[in-house]
Amino acid sequence: MKVLRSTLVWPLVALVVLLVFNAVASPGFFHVEWKDGRLFGTVVDIFNQGARVPMLLALGMTLVIATGGVDLSVGSIMAVSGAVAAMQVNAGAPMVQAVGAGLGLATLLGLVNGVLIARVGLQPIIATLVMMVAGRGLAMLLTGSQMVPFANRSLTWLANGSVGGLPVPVVLVLGLAVVTGWVLRRTAAGLFIEATGDNEKASRLAGIQTGGVRLAVYGFSGFCAGLSGVLEAANISAADPARIGDTRELDAIFAVVAGGTALTGGRFSLAGSVVGALLLQTLTLTLYNQNVAPAVAPVPKAVVILAVCLLHSPRLRARFGKRTQPVAA
Amino acid sequence: MSELLHAEGIVKRFGSFTALKGVTFRLRAGEIHALMGENGAGKSTLIKVLTGVHEADGGTVTVAGRGIRAASPREAEAAGISTVYQEVNLLPNLSVAENILMGRQPMRGPFIRHGEVRRRARAALARLGLEVDVGALLGTFPVAVQQMTAIARALDQEARVLILDEPTSSLDARESEELFAVMRRLRDEGMGIVFVSHFLDQIYAVSDRITVLRDGSLVGTWEAAGLPRLELVSHMIGKEVTAGGGDGGVVSGGGAEAFRVEGLERKGTVGPLTFSVMAGEATGLAGLLGSGRTETARMLFGIDAATGGRVVAGGETVDLGSPRAAMAAGLAFCSEDRKVEGIIPSLSVRENIVLAMQASRGVLRRVPRAEQEALAAKFIAALNIRTRGPETPIGTLSGGNQQKCLLARWMAMQPRLLILDEPTRGIDVGAKAEIEALCGELRRAGMSILFISAELEEVVRNCSRVVVLRDRRQAAVLDGPAISLRTIMETVAAS
Repeated sequence: MKVLRSTLVWPLVALVVLLVFNAVASPGFFHVEWKDGRLFGTVVDIFNQGARVPMLLALGMTLVIATGGVDLSVGSIMAVSGAVAAMQVNAGAPMVQAVGAGLGLATLLGLVNGVLIARVGLQPIIATLVMMVAGRGLAMLLTGSQMVPFANRSLTWLANGSVGGLPVPVVLVLGLAVVTGWVLRRTAAGLFIEATGDNEKASRLAGIQTGGVRLAVYGFSGFCAGLSGVLEAANISAADPARIGDTRELDAIFAVVAGGTALTGGRFSLAGSVVGALLLQTLTLTLYNQNVAPAVAPVPKAVVILAVCLLHSPRLRARFGKRTQPVAA
Repeated sequence: MSELLHAEGIVKRFGSFTALKGVTFRLRAGEIHALMGENGAGKSTLIKVLTGVHEADGGTVTVAGRGIRAASPREAEAAGISTVYQEVNLLPNLSVAENILMGRQPMRGPFIRHGEVRRRARAALARLGLEVDVGALLGTFPVAVQQMTAIARALDQEARVLILDEPTSSLDARESEELFAVMRRLRDEGMGIVFVSHFLDQIYAVSDRITVLRDGSLVGTWEAAGLPRLELVSHMIGKEVTAGGGDGGVVSGGGAEAFRVEGLERKGTVGPLTFSVMAGEATGLAGLLGSGRTETARMLFGIDAATGGRVVAGGETVDLGSPRAAMAAGLAFCSEDRKVEGIIPSLSVRENIVLAMQASRGVLRRVPRAEQEALAAKFIAALNIRTRGPETPIGTLSGGNQQKCLLARWMAMQPRLLILDEPTRGIDVGAKAEIEALCGELRRAGMSILFISAELEEVVRNCSRVVVLRDRRQAAVLDGPAISLRTIMETVAAS
């Protein structure tokens, strides 16, 4: 419980502060109503939009960062998978096949990242930077740089439908997060990922196939990005190769870091990343509600993220720690 | 002969640890002076004090009678002390000439006089008898030339004291000879040269005098010609050759042969080696620093691939292609570098202990949490690991307790051969005794141990068979009654 508390507490505190601010500043913020068999309201929107991109990307990114790497290519992989799914349904393929093709190609691109890093030995930041550029180019190539609109109700349902009153993306992504967390702790995968990120050399000498671990996490990150790209396209019934996922890799990294997983690798917290993603989305929406111009919004966003990261910093905590230690002990 | 450099009573502390306890070192003009000592003797610290990398906590340094207080490498260079490190610390993407003149380029106003730079570089290299294109990038030349460039840099700044820190470790025999020729020439020109090397042959080939340090103190300075090798070795490891005599090692348990190493070698690193490892016995690997002990262990565990020979168990060749393969064959390896190759610092004691076992079972067959906790509890009690609990991060434990956790990691695997590389280094006396006792228990339980230690008494105390390495080759295999400090030292010192 102690470990859980120490990593989760600061993003949660920040989230609560933001929510309280909203409750005061914009009445009706917490207003949720039941209409046409589903929930509507600002809070539902936060969950929905948060799940669709930052949370999903952060799931994969958490594991990548836990191995001491980073994946800059997720935004571009989103564009590729969104484009592939859109083109597939336009070619008459059923929804499942279209989504499968998008996810398959996205996972493959993630695995290419993994091979470049684990087998060829490129720096993660370089390998995924290459994929970031190449992936965006590939999406443009596939679509002829044109927006691909489509009319497929089952694909659109993935982003705009509801299950048991909740938006489909929320159910899908929270479900994926729970399953991922469960698998990582039920198998030894979580341990191997943390060991690889904390001390790769020692892990290899203890018999862990650190190359395989890295390959797998980049593959998984590609998969998550692929799903996110499909949901983004489904949301507006069109795949825009130039804009889907643009700079969203940064949102994912922010969510992971704010959630308490260190960029140096090792211990990770999926729950922290989920909260981090919600924090980011709440912040975006809050600024929108307060009529902050979208072009200026990154500034207050950066301030809040910096504050959360500072609260995670061991040095700063050591200072707090001196005063609070008697209480904690 | 005049005294060129005189370091008197040098003290250097790092926190509570005293690396140099009042060391005195004198270097004459026109001599090659070997600085010798085992790991932790204080050689590197002394060199770093002389060259201004570390500031001494006590003592004085005078160069040619003038007191200096070198607080930075630049000041030491200005006082005439130059150093060539083992890993050449020059800039590979600059030209040879730029490297030689770096920081002292002749200028005309704000501009570097490139013609003058090249002329001076050529002149310095000519004194070493070397002619290369000084405009070419340094990185395109072999290490030997890079080293000559570093020496040329020292010549250009009119260094009077040249310190060569293990200059021959990446040179082949012919290149080393060329370096020695240059060293002799510089000596005859009146330079004082401090030479650090782990190869006794090389020490005796070029040195005029030898100074030995041990545990941060001066043991003595001798004329090389008047110091027999055996005596030098005994000064280095701090054991009287005559004292003690042979206590014959540990009596053989009479176990069957577990592994046979047949001509195993890695070209340019170590070998060939041929010896047997018996079940229920500890086999020692002895030799001076740099003799190839760790390299042998790394080869056996599949970290560095062997280029020749094989290891046989039960009549079949063992696959040593990777650490995983070696683990599958029943080997386990506790590295000497606990921090870099052993612990996973932010993971808990329990996770660190379970790690190798889990890795060998694979990702899907997770060791159940209850079993992990039982295992951790068992080893924490059995090895007397002092930790707040099994969930404490291992990085917060003391060195000795970290070492015990790593031993537990490998004991949990129940290997047939446990390779222990310096298992007692850097841990306190009590923990040392505990680890030795543990080795005894494992032996009696039928495990084979390959025991590597720089402390020869430890080897003698624990082993029934000792493979002695000298200059990265197998010098002898001693067993039973032949094992003693004296026989090991004689084998190490033989030429």
